[in-house]
Amino acid sequence: MVTVSLEGVEVRLGGRAVVSGLSADLAAGSLIGVVGPNGAGKSTLVRALMGLVPVSGGAIRVDGVPVGAIGSKDMARRIAYLPQGQELHWPLSVERLVALGRLPHLAPFSRMTDADSAAIEDAMRRADVAHLRHRNALELSGGERARALLARALAVGAKGLVADEPLASLDPGHQIDVMELLASEARNGALVIAVLHDLTMAARYCSRLLLIDGGMPVADGPPADVLTPRRLADTYGISAFIARDRAEPLIVPLSRIGRDIRPD
Amino acid sequence: MHSRSVPEIRHRLLLPGLTLLLLAAAGMSVALGPVALAPARLLGALSGQGDAIAHTIVVDLRLPRMLVGVLVGAMLGLSGAVLQGYLRNPLAEPSVLGASNAAALGAVIAIYFGLAELHGAALPILAILSGLAALALLFVLAGRSESPLTMILAGIAVSTLAGAGISLALNLAPNPFAAMEIMTWLLGSIENRAIGHVWIALPCVLVGGLLLAGCGHALDALSLGEDGAKSLGVDLGGVRLRILIGVAVGVGGAVAVSGAIGFVGLIVPHLIRPFTDRSPSAILLPSMLAGAALLTLADVAVRLIPTQSELRLGVVTAFLGVPVFLVHLMREKRLW
Repeated sequence: MVTVSLEGVEVRLGGRAVVSGLSADLAAGSLIGVVGPNGAGKSTLVRALMGLVPVSGGAIRVDGVPVGAIGSKDMARRIAYLPQGQELHWPLSVERLVALGRLPHLAPFSRMTDADSAAIEDAMRRADVAHLRHRNALELSGGERARALLARALAVGAKGLVADEPLASLDPGHQIDVMELLASEARNGALVIAVLHDLTMAARYCSRLLLIDGGMPVADGPPADVLTPRRLADTYGISAFIARDRAEPLIVPLSRIGRDIRPD
Repeated sequence: MHSRSVPEIRHRLLLPGLTLLLLAAAGMSVALGPVALAPARLLGALSGQGDAIAHTIVVDLRLPRMLVGVLVGAMLGLSGAVLQGYLRNPLAEPSVLGASNAAALGAVIAIYFGLAELHGAALPILAILSGLAALALLFVLAGRSESPLTMILAGIAVSTLAGAGISLALNLAPNPFAAMEIMTWLLGSIENRAIGHVWIALPCVLVGGLLLAGCGHALDALSLGEDGAKSLGVDLGGVRLRILIGVAVGVGGAVAVSGAIGFVGLIVPHLIRPFTDRSPSAILLPSMLAGAALLTLADVAVRLIPTQSELRLGVVTAFLGVPVFLVHLMREKRLW
């Protein structure tokens, strides 16, 4: 079980406060979506949570311990992280790429054990990339590679998972697959935090949304409460069609408001 | 699912194959030379029962030369493989961080001021110290940045500065002979190396090699970028320190006894990669063996190719290396 608590978190990058005054308790067993417009500080927030950027104010605690005080290997085994983008520098096979997820469990110079292989197989199966195992990960399509990188994060076998835009470049079918997968991780007791841009997917699968804008918290709660027409207008600057006849709202962005974006 | 594919068989044969190649190269290096020795005299010399001339040729000349070649080649191959993985750049080689140029500058200073004449150890020691000074400068220039581009830029600055120092020494050389001596040294050679050179190179290569060889997991993690590696528990600052010290000490020690020998560190990892799963850790040990074998074979070629004035090893590695490299790249149809 992993819990994360944010207490008045402030992160400054290049002298500018990118995240400020953010507080939240993130409990195990939930899928929490972090939403907000481009440049809202979503990625910076999750990077700070992973200890990749230092906080300049407040505190981030994982299981009650400040992130800075947790050893990097220990942290890696507690929370797996899927960075934004699809950075991969060498033409590794998918199987070898997914195996990187086992590195936090390996002592120097040691090799993979059967338990590691089992975790790798399981992760590839769950992310639907087992059939791609011998393919060069750099030659996959964007969506296939995104799933292979997700499998890499799953292979860590951590109780926490932070995924920064896991749906980018996925087709609708695989978007649903990935959201189902994240939700099932949460149902099995993991704490899953996902930075998302697709508001309908966020509303349908997340138990809780954290809406931030300009680095500041705007709303925090169940999707239906967070995603109101007023807030969509204030943060994203859009009007949207919101269908509330289902358990979770369906959100279809319609147009920009308050800004003339028509080309001449 | 677990059937052995062709690439996997290639992977399995790689290390035994390279070990055999290295043994063969080392054997040739001891057995072949301008003076032909019959197998019986050769074995006699090696077992300490042969005639004095054979003993001098084999034990005092060829054996140290072979050992220096193996040590220098292994270090260059390994550090090339580590640096390509660490900087995530297929063009990286031991000289990219300035270590080899700086070590060469130290050696040139020793020759220029006549220190090399005073004591045999002056040149290698100055070379190693100069390599370490370059490392310190690199740290100052690169600061806390962990980006590979910053490291490469800082390395180019250090390397260019050391190159300018070498040019200055050539420029101000008191007489043509001093300039000639510096030039000859810069071409790179392992000729006339005595067992003393082995004792200078060995500790440096051992320390450097151990520091670098232990970086495999961190290099693999870096395939996912800095954030990806950190989130897998890699201490990037520690890895950087390890790699820089390993390269400065190891390559500094190698350059100190052999002069500047280029291309081995660049080419060897590329030749090895197709026989592995292409992960940075998989090419470390093979690159070390292949570097040692390649340099030893090039040194055998230096001895066997008849030329008026003796051929320098650095020249041969470049002439051998570039065509091999190009053919390899064309067959692979991609850089890495």
